[in-house]
Parts: sequence; structure tokens; C-alpha cells
Amino acid sequence: MLRTVFSRPFPQVFRISACQHSTIPAPNVHPDVHYNKIFINNEWHDAVSKKKFPTINPATGEVICHVAEGDKADVEKAVKAAKDAFKLGSPWRRMDASHRGLLLSRLADCIERDAAYLAELETLDNGKPYAVSYTVDVPMVVKCLRYYAGWADKWEGKTIPIDGDYFCYTRHEPIGVCGQIIPWNFPLLMQAWKLGPVLATGNTVVMKVAEQTPLTALYVASLIKEVGFPAGVVNIVPGMGPTAGAAIASHMDVDKVAFTGSTEVGHLIMKASSTSNLKKVTLELGGKSPNIVLSDANMEEAVEQSHFALFFNQGQCCCAGSRTYVQESIYDEFVERSVERAKKRIVGDPFNFNTEQGPQVDEEQFQKILGYISSGKREGAKLMCGGGPAADRGYFIQPTIFGDVKDDMTIAREEIFGPVMQILKFKSLEEVIERANDSKYGLAAAVFTKNIDKAHYISNGLRAGTVWINCYDVFGVQAPFGGYKASGIGRELGEYGLDNYTEVKTMPSRLS
Amino acid sequence: MNWQRFSFCLCTASSGCFVYKIIHFLATYCCKQNLVVTAWRLVFILNSSLKVLPALCLKKLHYIFINNEWHDSVSGKVFSTYNPATGEKICDVQEADKADVDKAVQAARLAFSLGSVWRKMDASERGRLLFKLANLVERDSAYLATLESLDTGKPFLSSFFVDLQGTIKTFRYFAGWADKIHGSTIPTDGEYFTLTRHEPIGVCGQIVPWNFPLVMTAWKLGPALSCGNTVVLKPAEQTPLTCLYIGALIKEAGFPPGVVNILPGYGPTAGAAIASHMGIDKVAFTGSTEVGKLIQEAAGKSNLKRVTLELGGKNPNIIFADADFELAVEQAHQGVFFNSGQCCTAGSRIFVEEPIYEEFVRRSVERAQRRTVGNPFDPTTEQGPQVSAEQQSRVLELIQSGITEGAKLECGGKAPPSKGFFVEPTVFSDVQDHMRIAKEEIFGPVQQIMKFKTIEEVIERANNTEYGLAAAVFTTDLNKAMNVSAALQAGTVWINCYNALSCQCPFGGFKMSGNGRELGEIGLKEYTEVKTITMKMSGKKS
Repeated sequence: MLRTVFSRPFPQVFRISACQHSTIPAPNVHPDVHYNKIFINNEWHDAVSKKKFPTINPATGEVICHVAEGDKADVEKAVKAAKDAFKLGSPWRRMDASHRGLLLSRLADCIERDAAYLAELETLDNGKPYAVSYTVDVPMVVKCLRYYAGWADKWEGKTIPIDGDYFCYTRHEPIGVCGQIIPWNFPLLMQAWKLGPVLATGNTVVMKVAEQTPLTALYVASLIKEVGFPAGVVNIVPGMGPTAGAAIASHMDVDKVAFTGSTEVGHLIMKASSTSNLKKVTLELGGKSPNIVLSDANMEEAVEQSHFALFFNQGQCCCAGSRTYVQESIYDEFVERSVERAKKRIVGDPFNFNTEQGPQVDEEQFQKILGYISSGKREGAKLMCGGGPAADRGYFIQPTIFGDVKDDMTIAREEIFGPVMQILKFKSLEEVIERANDSKYGLAAAVFTKNIDKAHYISNGLRAGTVWINCYDVFGVQAPFGGYKASGIGRELGEYGLDNYTEVKTMPSRLS
Repeated sequence: MNWQRFSFCLCTASSGCFVYKIIHFLATYCCKQNLVVTAWRLVFILNSSLKVLPALCLKKLHYIFINNEWHDSVSGKVFSTYNPATGEKICDVQEADKADVDKAVQAARLAFSLGSVWRKMDASERGRLLFKLANLVERDSAYLATLESLDTGKPFLSSFFVDLQGTIKTFRYFAGWADKIHGSTIPTDGEYFTLTRHEPIGVCGQIVPWNFPLVMTAWKLGPALSCGNTVVLKPAEQTPLTCLYIGALIKEAGFPPGVVNILPGYGPTAGAAIASHMGIDKVAFTGSTEVGKLIQEAAGKSNLKRVTLELGGKNPNIIFADADFELAVEQAHQGVFFNSGQCCTAGSRIFVEEPIYEEFVRRSVERAQRRTVGNPFDPTTEQGPQVSAEQQSRVLELIQSGITEGAKLECGGKAPPSKGFFVEPTVFSDVQDHMRIAKEEIFGPVQQIMKFKTIEEVIERANNTEYGLAAAVFTTDLNKAMNVSAALQAGTVWINCYNALSCQCPFGGFKMSGNGRELGEIGLKEYTEVKTITMKMSGKKS
């Protein structure tokens, strides 16, 4: 995922060449953990319950440290802090919009300053290759925060020529206290996607970070304090979904909840909202994204991009191209070359610069993926390579490819979230559009072809929030991202992303 | 704080510079901490240390800036820039004319050529450079404010808190826009797909005035660079120094060579060469209406370059009897006297409702008499000199016409006996609409107060001018406020405030006050060409 911006210095992030290594600082493979508590009111707190949970290095299975475990009582404290920070007349509410932007911009500067440390910590906690953390995740975080810094004083209402002797205008006001629940696959980046728009628009935040990967988000909390955000504007509660997450989703004083994670939990969030205070809900959920390769595509490019589309980030991307539809006439060659590529994929120590693929994030994911691989075999798909664990400790899985996959197989319908590629065959454009759309998901899709008409025909026909043409995982903070159907509600990034955090107030006044 | 950079510009020939550096540091610190009073005291000390300023060697600031390099003028000519508070020469500056403009345009064209570093740069990176420029201006703000006050005569505190802040904020604001200038995709009829791209126009000529040299430079460079254009900019011959310093910061920030070129020089030579150049795609001018006409004419005669103009004003400020009286008196005073009256937005026609007229005049006179005029580096000074001897005599001539035409001179009216180009704060009452002082832009510290009876009358009188830049209404009645502001022909209407400008809000003139708008999102429009791309496609879908 997220290759775009770095396409210049790192044309192929997943294959960083020797000369590019020199631009990446050598990592400290044992970075110190400075923050492992709950961040409320710009202060560090133990959990009310005093409970702690361990966070694991997935490359070894060893405990990195223990982190304060927030639950309902801590969410309660955080919401109160956020509500106070949002009170009329508070420093945050009286702050010029341009100053909000300046704070966000300074936060970006601090993250840039500490880029190497954050990349080390991200790799330690998440398992993704350090070279990727440093050249993809952290720079994208910086760009995201800078982008939304710019929006703070440009989010304009309108004056509206209504009928009659009235003068009418709109104000774009912050919603209030926003709950934000973020996943473990891109801990820093998902935090930035959430914080950028919510702070640019002037809300306050109660954020729950994933229990698998809480460390980098807590370090960013310390930077939030350092750059001068008023106390209570951002509160970060590490904890579990069923306790802390549920408390946020059902809290009567949380005005909005934004969740990124599985479709299954997305249902729960929406339900909690409806049974509590009808808080606004935006969701970024799962996907089973079709990647369609036509016979006229540049074969080499299509193979490489399709490989990247699925295997990037250990396959742990909601937009992973996990249904690769290849046109009949090139199907065999495509499968052969994809297998060749997957076999070359380097799996191993995420701190090694040559590593393309680190471990899955935890034991549970590891087992779940192995379960999907067996179901593929059982249901008759042809295992072309991989299929098992890739090391005797840590949660490594071999890059795996299935050929002859049918649409009704479990591996073609469910989100695997691992390094398992499904290659399917199709004949006509009409057929592939119908099959690609025959999914409850609609997050992303891609089409590879040299023919401009076919590119348009397919991309307009697909039911997906993003359609890449001759590329994959190209993310710009300027361009919106989100899902059709059960892949989510609302859009993040771009100007559209501001809508999620805005109440529009209409103000007609009588003129005589 | 980067002292190396700082000393690059301040010659260390005088030991006084050391004192200056310390004060610069402390004043900047205090301003960052919002310790305004302390900053005031420090500035007072600064004042005594300023005796060293004439000895400052303004290294690099007297050359022409082309291709990120400093050049002598082709002709070898130089001109002098003066300290208007004393009439003394500050330094000689290389005088650009047509030949130098040709060089600059060539550099700007090359920087804009397809495939150049600037054209291939990500929009977000353009924003990044602008943001960096803002940070550099912030770093050097005490120095820049000193230089601005030295060259224009405006009070140092004003330079520091108004001009420098305005400059920094404008650069930051447009930095944010760079990657948010969206085109659209358009549901055209038929089997077509249409999209628009907002592309830079190309080489933009920009001619800025002397009343706010830094702020006007930022208003011009901000949107032009945000949209990806390249620039040939001429600062005013009266005040070239701070603008040239910005050139040095542009280079330091890392803008590619040729993207910004700065040519100090005169209007009839360098300015005219820009306006009529066949290699310049757009010209933006801020200055007098008279010159604005010449610019548009030159554009028409040459290559139909796009023209935006911010010109003069004779701005009505309407005070209703129900207004907050104190506020109205003070704001009306500031509205006209700010910056020694040298604002295109100056509220130079004050219309006061009959029942409060006498009292309003009395209080305004009282306030004007209290206005402190003097050394711009004295922290208690509210008003410095006019920018030049020419401006001073023009203002005095208009004051004389007021007296001759029968307006009542309430106070002021003369140049004080001190050296420098000062004019006393001057108030006229019983001013009639047909008098020259009620029709012409004075651009000096001269307040005209008129009487009105009804809303209809005042709207008509306020609009009865060739100008339409700004206006203000003081009232506590929402209906009056909205009705009058909707009826006024002016690009900006302030309600119960004056000169409340900010980089987020568009600014520009109706009628002969200009063409186009600066600032705000709309300011970007003036620096983009919209390209419509329509593609044939089969199989239309909603």
C-alpha cells in the first residue's frame, strides 16, 4: 500500500536497492519504549482498573512491554477531558483556524524529526519491514498532517441566495467529541488519517489504538503535547475493542465515531451508535478487491503490480488486490510469472534492509490465515507455491498463490488479510465486471490494460470506492479513499475527508 | 535563530550591530511569548541602538535577483533609496530596466518550460517550499521589520506586528492551497468524459507598491507560486530593500532558479517592460488607478496577457447614530490614519448621521490631536513620515485645495518643522461631496467628515465615485448593517470594524478600484488557466 509519493526516491519500495539503503539510517533494533500509559488531558495515566496488557514483537513472539489497559472507566475520563476541551470559550474553541493548522504542521515537523525512532518502534510492534516503515509509513504520516494543516483555515461555508427577504449563510462547525478507533496494520498512518481532518476542523478526540500495536501512537501523543495542543484536545486510550472500543461507540457524550477495521466490528459500531445517541458514524472496513488484468496489458508491469497489490504489508491491507482476474489468453503465463515472483519474495527479519515481508501481526492472524489456506486446498483450488509457516518462531507465512480459484470458494469471498494470492480466469469484459462486483465489499479495484476505452468501461462499471488504472495502492493524501457497500461509510482523505468531521449550520436571518 | 544568516546581511563593521543582535533576539523571543509590553521596552532600547543603522551595510540587498543569483543592471545604472524619516540616503540599488526584464523573463520562461524541476515538482512540495519561506521570514522578522521601517518610515511596532505577521500568514495560507487546487470531472452530455485541470498560467509579471512592501510581495508571490507559476516581480523604487531580502530567502528555501526574479526599478521603464512583454503571460499590478490603466493598455497592445489590478479607493465609512460611539470614533480614526494614511483601503470619506455629527467631529479631532507623529523607531510613535518628498507635497497640496474649496480645517494641515517627510494628522469637517478632498485619493493622514440624513441618501452618495474598493458601516442594527452592506458598491464591506483584512478573505475592487481579487481561495483563480479535457468513450454510465 501507499507507494505513490515515494515513487521517486524509492521507485519500488518493496525492492529497495542497495544504493537506496544508504539514504535510510541504520535502525536501532531495540528502540526504547518511552510511553506505555493512557494519554488524557496531556498527561499520562494508569488504567483506573490498574490492568495492563502485553504487546508482542511478532517477529519473535516476545513481549516488548506492558501497556496500561483502558476500559469503560478510562474512556469516561477521556470523554470528560475532551468535552471540557470543547466547551465554548475554551482555548481550543477560541483558537484561530490558522493556528490549528500551524499546530498540525508543527506536529508533522516533530514526527519528521523523530522519523527514524518512530519507524523502528513501528517495525518492532507491527513487524513490517523497517525500510518500509521509514520510507512509506512515516513520510505519509508527515504528508497527511501537513495536508490537513493547510485545510484548517480553508474549510469554507457559503452564503446562499434564498427566496424572500432573508440573508442566509452556512458555517462549518466541528461536531464535538469524536471517538476514533484505529487498526493495527498501519498504526501511525491510520492515526494520522484520523487526527488530520478531526483536528483541522476543530473537534476534540478520544482515540483507541489497537491492542496489538499501541506504541507509536502513544509516542505521537507525547508530540501532540510538545507542539502545544491544549490539554484534552487529543486523548489516547490503548485497550481492547469489546471494552474500550465498545465504551466509545456507545458513549452518550461522544458525538461521532470513526472506525477502521473489520466489517464484522463495523456492524457492532453502527449498532452501538443507534442504541445510544445516534452519533455520526464513518467506517472504513474490509475488502475483497478485484484486480483485473486484460490480455493487452503490459505483462511484466501487471505481474509486478499484482504481486505488490496483494503481498504489500504482509497482505494486511484492507485494499489488498485479493482477487486477481486474468484474461484467458494470458492466464497461464501470468500464473507462472506470478509464482516465480512470489518465490523470489524475501521473508524474514523486518530490520534487515533486504526483507520484503515480515511476520503477520499476531498469533491469531497467523492461525486464521493458515486456516484459509487449508480451506483453499480443501475446496479444490490449486496451490502453486507457499502454503505454510515460513519460520520456526514468529508469525511468518510463506508467500502463497492459488490458481484455478472459483468465485464460490471461501478464499475468493472472504478477506484473508495475509500473503495469499488468488488468481481467477475470465473471458469477456461484461463477465469480469459482473463477477468483480459480485461481492459484499466495494473498497478498491484495479484494471490493467493499454486500451483507454476498456479502462474506462471497466473502471466506470466497478462498484468500488477507488479504481486504479495500470497501478495499485497509489495513495495521495489529496485523493479520497473509502468503500462502497459493506466496505464502509464515508470517505477519508482529500477535501471529502473534512465532511466526516463537520456539522453544517444554516443561518438565515430576516431582513426588512 | 540563525546568526550566520543574520550577520550575512548586517555588516559587522559597527560594534553597534552586536547590541542590535541581542535586542533582535530578545524582541523576537518576547513576541513569540506574547510579551508585548516587554517587546515594547526592548524596542525602546533598540531605538537608541538604531543610531548604528545608517552604518549598516545592506549587503546583497542592492542587486537584481535573477535565477537565484545577484546581478548588476545591464545599463550599469543605480538609484538611491531614502529613509523618509530623515530624508537621508540608505543605499544605492541597481536599477533594472527593459534589458534586465528581458533577462528575467528568459530565466522565468526556462524555469517554466515543460519538464523543468518546477513543472515536475509535486504540488505538495511547492506548498512545502512556501511554508519554509514563511518560516524563514519568521526567523528574520525583527531584521525585516527594522528594514521595512527604515525604508518606508512606518512605525517599527507596526512593521513587526502587522506587516511581518501578515506576510508570514499569507505565505503559510497559500502554502496550504498548493495541493488543494482541484479541477472537476463533469457529467457532459453524450458519450464523453470531461475533466478539468487547473494549470499555472506561466510567467507572471508582478508590480508591487511601496505602502506595504512585504505584505504586497506576499500577496503576489503566495498565490502565484502556490499555483505553480514563475514570477518576474518589480518592487517599488521607493522601497526595494525588504523585497530583495525575500529574494535571498526564496533562494535559501530552495525554490529552483528562475522561479522568482526580483527587479528593482522604475515604473515607466522596468514596469512598462513587464506590462508589454510578449513573454509574460499575466501581469498583476497594485498601485494607482492611473497606472492601472496604462498596465491594461500595455497588455491589450502586446499579447493580451491576463491582467489583475488592485488600485485606488475613496472609501466610504458610514457611521449611524445608533453605533457604538467610542468604537466608531476610534475605528474611523484608525481607518484613515493607519500607515500615515497610505492605504488604498483608507476610510477617507466618513459619512456621519446628522444627530451625532457635531460630537463625532469633536471627538475625532480630539483623537487626531493626540496622535503621536515622529521617529518610527520610537515605540510610542503612531505615525511616521510619508514615504517620499513627492507624496508629502501631494498631500499638502490636497489639504490646501480643501481649505480653498471651503471645507473646515479642524486640526493639522501642515508639515511639522522637523526633517523628514512628515504631515500632521489633519481633520476636515463640513466637507461637500464635490470637493477634491472628497473625490480624489489623498493617500495621506487627512480625514474628511461629512453629514448625512437618510440611508437611501448615504448609499447613493457613498456609491457616487469611480472607486469601489472598500467601505464600512457602524451600527448596532442588523438590518441596517445588512441592507447597507448589500447596497454598497465595494469589494469589501466591514461592519463595526475597519481594515479587518486576513489572508483567508478575498480582497479587491469594484469599478475602477481594480480587476480580480487577491487572497482567499478566489485569489488562486487569478493564477490558473482552466483546461477542459474531453475524451470520447463508449458505454456511458451514471
